[in-house]
Amino acid sequence: MKSFDWKRNEVLVFAVIVAFCVLATLRDPNFLSIPTLTDLMRNSIVLGIFAVGAMVVLVSGGIDVSFTAVAAFAMYATTVILRDLAPDMPWPLAFAIATLIGAVLGAINGVLIAFFGLPTLIVTLGTLSVFRGFLLTFVGTLQISNLPSGMRDFSRWMMVRGTNSDGSFYSLPWAFAALVIIVVATWFILNRTMLGRAIYAIGGAPESARRIGIDVRRTQFFIYVFVGALAGLAGIIHASMARISNPFDLVGLELSVIAAVVLGGARLTGGVGTLTGTLLGVALIVLVRNSLIVIGIPSTWQSVAIGVLILVGTGLPAWQAKRAEARET
Amino acid sequence: MINRILQSTEGRLAVITLAVFITMAILVPDRFLSPANLTSMAFQFPEFAILALAVAVAMLTGGIDLSVVGAANLSAVVAALFMSHFAGEGTGTGLLLAAIVLALAVGLMAGLFNGILVANFGLPPILATLGTGLIYTGLAIAMTDGSAVMGMPPAVAWLGNGTLLGIPVPLVIFAILAAVVGWTLKYTAFGLKTRMFGANPLAARYAAMDTERVLIKVYALCGTLSAIAGLIVMSRANSAKADYGSSYLLLAVLIAVLGGVNPYGGYGRIIGVVLAVLSMQFLSSGLNLLQVTNFAREMIWGVLLIAVMLINLVSFRRKS
Repeated sequence: MKSFDWKRNEVLVFAVIVAFCVLATLRDPNFLSIPTLTDLMRNSIVLGIFAVGAMVVLVSGGIDVSFTAVAAFAMYATTVILRDLAPDMPWPLAFAIATLIGAVLGAINGVLIAFFGLPTLIVTLGTLSVFRGFLLTFVGTLQISNLPSGMRDFSRWMMVRGTNSDGSFYSLPWAFAALVIIVVATWFILNRTMLGRAIYAIGGAPESARRIGIDVRRTQFFIYVFVGALAGLAGIIHASMARISNPFDLVGLELSVIAAVVLGGARLTGGVGTLTGTLLGVALIVLVRNSLIVIGIPSTWQSVAIGVLILVGTGLPAWQAKRAEARET
Repeated sequence: MINRILQSTEGRLAVITLAVFITMAILVPDRFLSPANLTSMAFQFPEFAILALAVAVAMLTGGIDLSVVGAANLSAVVAALFMSHFAGEGTGTGLLLAAIVLALAVGLMAGLFNGILVANFGLPPILATLGTGLIYTGLAIAMTDGSAVMGMPPAVAWLGNGTLLGIPVPLVIFAILAAVVGWTLKYTAFGLKTRMFGANPLAARYAAMDTERVLIKVYALCGTLSAIAGLIVMSRANSAKADYGSSYLLLAVLIAVLGGVNPYGGYGRIIGVVLAVLSMQFLSSGLNLLQVTNFAREMIWGVLLIAVMLINLVSFRRKS
């Protein structure tokens, strides 16, 4: 029964995506084309990496809203370090620095949550403003448009490049590979390692997890470091792709990311969530954010649409669970 | 005596509030204690203090209301659109009264919707109010195309900028609301049920409490309080906009937690919230006079939030 539930959520999201595409194609035949697909994929990179991290947290029974601030911090701090100290640093090293900064900031969340047992939402709301406030007070507020050469090189590195029949260009940067690698790696951790089973276990029932010998604290600590590292990487990829490093970017995106993950079937109560669902959720959110206008809804209605999707996506399973519970007792 | 004060969350908070006040009074004596600064503080804090009351009430049940700012702005936008549409010659007192009723109705509806989602559909409060917060903000954007609504009658200014017997009107409103909410939570059956539900939802249900009704009422109260905060913001800005006060959500949650409300539900006192509001405002104004940037203030708020959680945790562990 339970495995059927989450499957339905993914099927539902997939059906909504298909319906969206059919509607969009009916209104604008040009919608169904390679450029639309590459746009969708390109816009999913940063959101997707965020969502993978957010999903892992949700599966473990927590919630993290600070990851966008972590990403902005890692992105901007790395750009500043590169600009001032090592302008010729190759991009893999720059990415490693950003990931490391992200992991360190994530570790702060991890300590507060895993070792002090503070509520995850409140802690991450707090660190969101601490990280952002620290960045804007002590690191800088000016956007850097003249990116270091390493990041520029990365942004020019295309996986696919072509010209459409109507003469418009389309391209897919190699950054997309980063999303693929992260998804595969996270899949491996979640489904093929003890650590992954521990993450699902502490989300499902922390007390039971503790009694079968899982180190709940260490697992939680790992989760927040992992999410921080992913956020740092997503941040530097965002700046490279946008070809600008703006410390005001990214923060504010966290609710859309959590919406995507929840739409994909992950439960806030923990223990439930899949990567397939998460990626479908991301695809749907990206479609709504970018292409709402194509199906005839003005873009001013965008946040209403996302809000309704969250309520429907979480409301259906919650209501089913409530009814099932009522039947049992 | 001192030990007894320091043992309760509210006692510690009173000491912190006093300490912040004295520190600021010493650091910038002439300006912090000036009548101009004291009055401007009294005009500033009620709007987010009322939102904090709303969040605190939701937290008492173990939930949270992340839609307070959205509901406040939606109520204000509806009221402002209504007034600017009908605004005529005079001061528009009658129009303002009608708009207030309209805004309160919108806030009540918003809150009822949250309550139904949480109580009847069993959505986790975080997600339900996250979703509705987006919807309320989104509706306000859609109604205004994202721009500010202006052209309201002069009477509106009284709500946010007027004084009553020399006391700023927003402060009077906040004082009344804090007293009423505090009294309701302490002395009525509804208040008792709210706290009991927060302490142990299952036990509350087994005690034959109509938990769904209690939850719906709690969120309806949150929505109505948000609408009042929205009206004050509207009056002070002399306009309404979908993205006003976006930093207030964090602030409201911060104040509720700072005020000793247990985020897992069951414990919280309005006097704590009031003290937390005062300490935040003293800190905010003082830092402002010391010319600390908004960003640094945001950082200090976050640090404060986490520090208070840690202090409460340590004292809680020592007690048990």
